[in-house]
Amino acid sequence: MAATDIARQVGEGCRTVPLAGHVGFDSLPDQLVNKSVSQGFCFNILCVGETGLGKSTLMDTLFNTKFEGEPATHTQPGVQLRSNTYDLQESNVGLKLTIVSTVGFGDQINKEDSYKPIVEFIDAQFEAYLQEELKIRRVLHTYHDSRIHACLYFIAPTGHSLKSLDLVTMKKLDSKVNIIPIIAKSDAISKSELTKFKIKITSELVSNGVQIYQFPTDDESVAEINGTMNAHLPFAVIGSTEELKIGNKMMKARQYPWGTVQVENEAHCDFVKLREMLIRVNMEDLREQTHTRHYELYRRCKLEEMGFKDTDPDSKPFSLQETYEAKRNEFLGELQKKEEEMRQMFVQRVKEKEAELKEAEKELHEKFDRLKKLHQDEKKKLEDKKKSLDDEVNAFKQRKTAAELLQSQGSQAGGSQTLKRDKEKKKYLHPPWLSKHWPTWLPHQSPALQSVVFPGPQSHSPFSEGSKRRYLMSFPLASSLALSSYDSLKVTALKLCEKSATSLFTPSPAHKTRLLEKTA
Amino acid sequence: MSKGLPETRTDAAMSELVPEPRPKPAVPMKPVSINSNLLGYIGIDTIIEQMRKKTMKTGFDFNIMVVGQSGLGKSTLVNTLFKSQVSRKASSWNREEKIPKTVEIKAIGHVIEEGGVKMKLTVIDTPGFGDQINNENCWEPIEKYINEQYEKFLKEEVNIARKKRIPDTRVHCCLYFISPTGHSLRPLDLEFMKHLSKVVNIIPVIAKADTMTLEEKSEFKQRVRKELEIHGIEFYPQKEFDEDLEDKTENDKIRQESMPFAVVGSDKEYQVNGKRVLGRKTPWGIIEVENLNHCEFALLRDFVIRTHLQDLKEVTHNIHYETYRAKRLNDNGGLPPGEGLLGTVLPPVPATPCPTAE
Repeated sequence: MAATDIARQVGEGCRTVPLAGHVGFDSLPDQLVNKSVSQGFCFNILCVGETGLGKSTLMDTLFNTKFEGEPATHTQPGVQLRSNTYDLQESNVGLKLTIVSTVGFGDQINKEDSYKPIVEFIDAQFEAYLQEELKIRRVLHTYHDSRIHACLYFIAPTGHSLKSLDLVTMKKLDSKVNIIPIIAKSDAISKSELTKFKIKITSELVSNGVQIYQFPTDDESVAEINGTMNAHLPFAVIGSTEELKIGNKMMKARQYPWGTVQVENEAHCDFVKLREMLIRVNMEDLREQTHTRHYELYRRCKLEEMGFKDTDPDSKPFSLQETYEAKRNEFLGELQKKEEEMRQMFVQRVKEKEAELKEAEKELHEKFDRLKKLHQDEKKKLEDKKKSLDDEVNAFKQRKTAAELLQSQGSQAGGSQTLKRDKEKKKYLHPPWLSKHWPTWLPHQSPALQSVVFPGPQSHSPFSEGSKRRYLMSFPLASSLALSSYDSLKVTALKLCEKSATSLFTPSPAHKTRLLEKTA
Repeated sequence: MSKGLPETRTDAAMSELVPEPRPKPAVPMKPVSINSNLLGYIGIDTIIEQMRKKTMKTGFDFNIMVVGQSGLGKSTLVNTLFKSQVSRKASSWNREEKIPKTVEIKAIGHVIEEGGVKMKLTVIDTPGFGDQINNENCWEPIEKYINEQYEKFLKEEVNIARKKRIPDTRVHCCLYFISPTGHSLRPLDLEFMKHLSKVVNIIPVIAKADTMTLEEKSEFKQRVRKELEIHGIEFYPQKEFDEDLEDKTENDKIRQESMPFAVVGSDKEYQVNGKRVLGRKTPWGIIEVENLNHCEFALLRDFVIRTHLQDLKEVTHNIHYETYRAKRLNDNGGLPPGEGLLGTVLPPVPATPCPTAE
């Protein structure tokens, strides 16, 4: 119902209006500060440097306290980062201080990858913040900020120049964090060497394009001091937690046989300058730089990497929402495609397996059929043989009886039929089917055999098998020979039958005995 | 650089202000567990100074909206609050200009400076509110405007390459003018406040309080408070956002005794007892605007500007804006701000569990 006319009269050039009296909003900074104080501040320092350069000692000296921690050994296999958080309180300001130290930096033989854990750590902190910022329901104002605000880079006091490890590491870190290079254990360098060293370091940093943190000079109140301090970079510091009595005051110092180095003496080292710059003047600026410059850069790179753009080809601004939706749909589409693919692959595999199994089954069936057929053939063959054997045996029997009859008749008729008989005998003794299997050691035509098997005219009565045997047995040599040959004949024949039978199937015992009987 | 003791330094900073009701003093030492014994002065508390310097350099934004029927003295009050002609009074308009037929939203920005602090003040006026015969849904354009500002901020925030300081046009505070009938709140008042208390900080104000006697005033205030409570309207300072006991007691006092503030506005000065004061001259006396016996303008001013200005901005940013953002990102794709949110505004995040969608 109520259409809206929104008339805007705000221009970028708003006019300044004079105040007719005291309004009171100049307490606004105080209000803001009070709120921050009640929330508390956090500050995160990263100390990068080789083992034994005095990182922990310097932190102790800077914050006037003894932080826990043991010194690291030189035998670390890789660079690691050790992080500790402390709650400090001074008057009414509470500070959550996090100190991160490298452990094992510069100790390895191959230092190519030494910078990587450090860069990854810094990125991880940015990532955590970015994740929190991108959440739908977020609590940024109570989020514990773990991003590194300042990186103190400890340079070994060689007196010559920067090590290549230092250069490489600083180059990698300069776009991610505020680097403040400091010369550690500077009581090892004399004053003249120190100035030369500093000049060398700064020139090397400049020539390699390393962006170290410059103290801000845009605010008049601190511009001057920051400007002078910038000229003193890198600070040559000495750390000590021991207190010695000098004059009539207790001071932090290091005692040598040739003298005492006072930490807080500006003529001795730059420790006081470092403390001023780091804590008392520029802490807030360091935090702001981290947030507005380094974090924004990281965020921009990360989002661009993920594929978000600010404007589409028609140069109409994309909304993050739309891009996000598009990406989500794309992602879902991909997932679906993958799912389809997997499903298809699964189906295919199943099919293949099924086909394989079917084939195997078919093969098995075939084999079974084949074997069965083989069995049957053999069985048939065997039966045929058996039958023929039976026939032969019967025929033999008949002939034998006939021959005996004839013999008994022939003995009356004379021996004219001997020849005939011989012939017949031969036929009996050497049936054609047996010649194949006739063992070689048995003579084919042995006269002894003949005369033995078929005894001479003396025998009259028809002999049964058993009586024949008995008769034969009464003739020792010949009988044994005959017997053995007859038996062996029988046995052989039986064996052969058996063999051919068992090769295919084992006949039942009943069948076996029947066979035996038949051939016997 | 040698600095004096920290305590004297902060005191010195405070004394720069003109003596008047002080802002909430710097938080006294809270018993925080200390892990380490500090053996000497480090200088951590200088961060307060550093922070203050930075914020003074960047300046502040403040957007205040005034809503109420015409003739209740909205523009006058804003001018009185900021002691300058930041709002053009309706009565000074040309007579030929027509009275708006619909609710218009006019935002005018000024830069004011005091004590080194620069503030960009934007006053958002709503002429035409409640002036028609049929006032149904006359809060909709206002709601739409507020959500549009959130939308603008959100768009800037999700950009890949963001500006260093996103211009803040979100409405931090909405002064709702209640007509001094002496009876109770009108249905229009209730409806408006019910809808808008969920998206913006509403401070109800009883306008033209010089028409009521003291007893009438206190009775009216009580009735208004009760009605607001019955209808569940959470005006600023909202109970649920009290952070600690101190805030709670202070805010409770304000909520139960002073609010809604009964104010009188004036930009004319008169001579009273040898002093020049802002006031209204009547046949029976001069009503001094800044006299606590006469009206509660000074309370309102201190409340809004001197003590709770930052808090207003923070509640807007941390709670109302976050609620809007969560709702917006939960919705599926670009609904324009007005449509999806009409009548379905979520309560502030801490109060009710919102469905989380990740």
